[in-house]
Amino acid sequence: MIKFILIFIGLLLFSINGFGSDNNCMSCHLDLEDEGGSASKFAKDIHSQKGLGCADCHGGDPTLDDMDDVRDSKGFRGVPNHLEVPDFCARCHSDAAYMHDHNPSMPVDQLAKYKTSIHGQRLFSAKDKKVANCVSCHSVHEIGDGQMPYSSTHPSNLPATCAKCHSDKDYMTEYKIPTDQFEKYSSSVHGLALLERGDLGAPACNDCHGNHGAAPPGVSSLAAVCGVCHALEAELFEKSPHADAFLENDFPMCETCHSNHAIFKLSDNMIGTTESALCTECHAADDGTIGLPTADSILTSLNNLVMAHLDAKQSLDEAILKGMMTTNEEFLLKEVDQSLIQARTLIHSFNMDSVAPKAMEGIAKADTVMVNSAGLIDEYYFRRKGLAVASLVITFLAFMLYRKIRKIEQK
Amino acid sequence: MNGAQNNLIKKGYQWLDDRLHINSLVEYMSSKAVPQHSHSIFYYLGGITLFLFIVQVITGILLLMYYRPGADSAYESVKFIVSEVSFGWLIRAIHSWSANLMVLAAFLHMFTVFFTRAYRKPREMTWYTGMGLLALSMTFGFSGYLLPWNELAFFATRVGTGMAGAMPVIGDYLMVIMRGGEEVTGATIGRFFGLHVAILPLLTTGLLTLHMIFIQRQGMSEPMNWAGKKQEDKKYMKFFPNFIYRDALVWLVALNILALLAVIFPDGIGVVHWPLGIKADPFAAPPAVIRPEWYFMFAFQALKMLPAHIWFLEGELFGIIVFGLGGLIWMLIPLLDRRANENKRSPMIMAFGTFVVLFMVVMTIVGYLVE
Repeated sequence: MIKFILIFIGLLLFSINGFGSDNNCMSCHLDLEDEGGSASKFAKDIHSQKGLGCADCHGGDPTLDDMDDVRDSKGFRGVPNHLEVPDFCARCHSDAAYMHDHNPSMPVDQLAKYKTSIHGQRLFSAKDKKVANCVSCHSVHEIGDGQMPYSSTHPSNLPATCAKCHSDKDYMTEYKIPTDQFEKYSSSVHGLALLERGDLGAPACNDCHGNHGAAPPGVSSLAAVCGVCHALEAELFEKSPHADAFLENDFPMCETCHSNHAIFKLSDNMIGTTESALCTECHAADDGTIGLPTADSILTSLNNLVMAHLDAKQSLDEAILKGMMTTNEEFLLKEVDQSLIQARTLIHSFNMDSVAPKAMEGIAKADTVMVNSAGLIDEYYFRRKGLAVASLVITFLAFMLYRKIRKIEQK
Repeated sequence: MNGAQNNLIKKGYQWLDDRLHINSLVEYMSSKAVPQHSHSIFYYLGGITLFLFIVQVITGILLLMYYRPGADSAYESVKFIVSEVSFGWLIRAIHSWSANLMVLAAFLHMFTVFFTRAYRKPREMTWYTGMGLLALSMTFGFSGYLLPWNELAFFATRVGTGMAGAMPVIGDYLMVIMRGGEEVTGATIGRFFGLHVAILPLLTTGLLTLHMIFIQRQGMSEPMNWAGKKQEDKKYMKFFPNFIYRDALVWLVALNILALLAVIFPDGIGVVHWPLGIKADPFAAPPAVIRPEWYFMFAFQALKMLPAHIWFLEGELFGIIVFGLGGLIWMLIPLLDRRANENKRSPMIMAFGTFVVLFMVVMTIVGYLVE
């Protein structure tokens, strides 16, 4: 028995010391302060979770105890410098056969795309050691799948990941590009949706700029970029008289009216000729186009629909408050909502003949809601009056019966 | 009313009497007497229950003209009734209010009979048939609850039939029979509909007839403390016309209250409500709070509060067994309370009755307070 216990303790000590272990790297690297504890994060890394070890990237024989022996061992690649990182990662990530065994659905064109990006071009051509390489965005030993909430490339973390460099004024000085993108994005409709409401369907930086092939969209391709999500608006715009005019004048398509990173909440007053309207920034009353009259007409149509919707809703709310059955009217009001959304989308045609019929359709439905709701409110009062009459009749009968009972019982 | 009209009514009455001998029936009813005492008001509770049952039958038949059972048509037909059919909303509101008030009146009727110990000899059979009628009323409520096929009804029925499934031995079979399969589906509506409009009315009519015959044959129960009284110290009123007229007056008051409630609160109020809401979707997540109708709440809450296991039994099964035994004891009270037949006090029986009332009231309140 004592023999057995001694053998067990011996085995336990061997295992604690890593003696005979397949991966001895951690036993030293976990304690190396100059590495900033980087190795300790590796347990969370997607590569570790997929069963890869230190040697799969850094090479060498991980079973050896001595660091010098490891450095001298076969295939040792060590730590790549900033310029070497893309090729270092691409050893596996551009190898379709290798990746198929680990994650068959993962693309293998990251390096190819990276070479087309501004980051890649500067790294490879200008040997710029400040531009982002793989680890700048993905981290070194804490690399996560983009779906993992802690990952630096998870949609909700991505804007901050890009902002690490792009919001750093000192760091970006030599590139002479703005550094307020993150600030603007955070207060934009997209930023608020993603960062405050947690709506993962809202675009982060990479949805417009690309990820590995990151580049700013050009003037001509802007509508295509926005059109990935806003397909109807983009299609209408492409067919509108503005499409050619914007190209001729080098105006970025969507950005000219909606801005880029600071895309604000839309308002109907963006169209028309009022102070807050954008149309007057390019058009003038005497510019020889039908621009401003059309803008005014579109705004009037929209305002009429908005007012009709408001009136219908007020009327319907009163009917609901009175406890009437309003399911059909509520459904119809949703159709008015839909008409309003469609009419606002049709603004991008900049054609009154497109917007007006849709607005009229919505107004007609709103009128039906109003008429029906008014009918229900009338019905409510009719019921109350009917109840009063019925109650009076019953009370009168009860009173007569009471008198009859009194009469009988007095006999 | 002038003399000619009076003459016409008399002639009509005479015509009927010649053929149906109505006079002898009136004489029989006139000879009957109803005791008059401080608790005489309890005698009207049975009449109110009967009145509400009649309202149920009439409004139920009217609803039946438009209601279409089935998973694809039940909800739509009820929606059509309340939104398109003239006064359909009123008929549904009266039917729903009347159903709840009928169960309430039946419960009150039962408890007043219990505490005045009117079940004693010779009225044991009246008690048994009354208990049967109460059980049928509650089954009416349970089966009718599902018929609109809305979200709340669907999930409440799933929970309710699931509880029936916890019964020992026959539970699984009973649940499948009730649901018409393993799950609550369109087949369940078919079964509940058949139960609600054919089987239950038939059974209720039969049992109600018996109940009424017993009451007519035996008359109203006299209070226990009349046992030693001299005949001249006892006060009575004629069953006809005095009691019948008073009953009719109570019915008119009940009708007025019913009309007020149905018009002002067509979808019910507070915990007693039946909004149509959204259509049942078996694949949707259940609502946060699923509650049975108020008269099942005490049992529902008590079963919920039981631990997972009691001795070697599952908590729910244990609860069902206890409720079953409790119900049986309650039903057999005329046999157990032998002292009542000798006009003696029965403190144990009264304590048991008081406990049952308190238990039901407290559990119901807790059920609505605890989410």
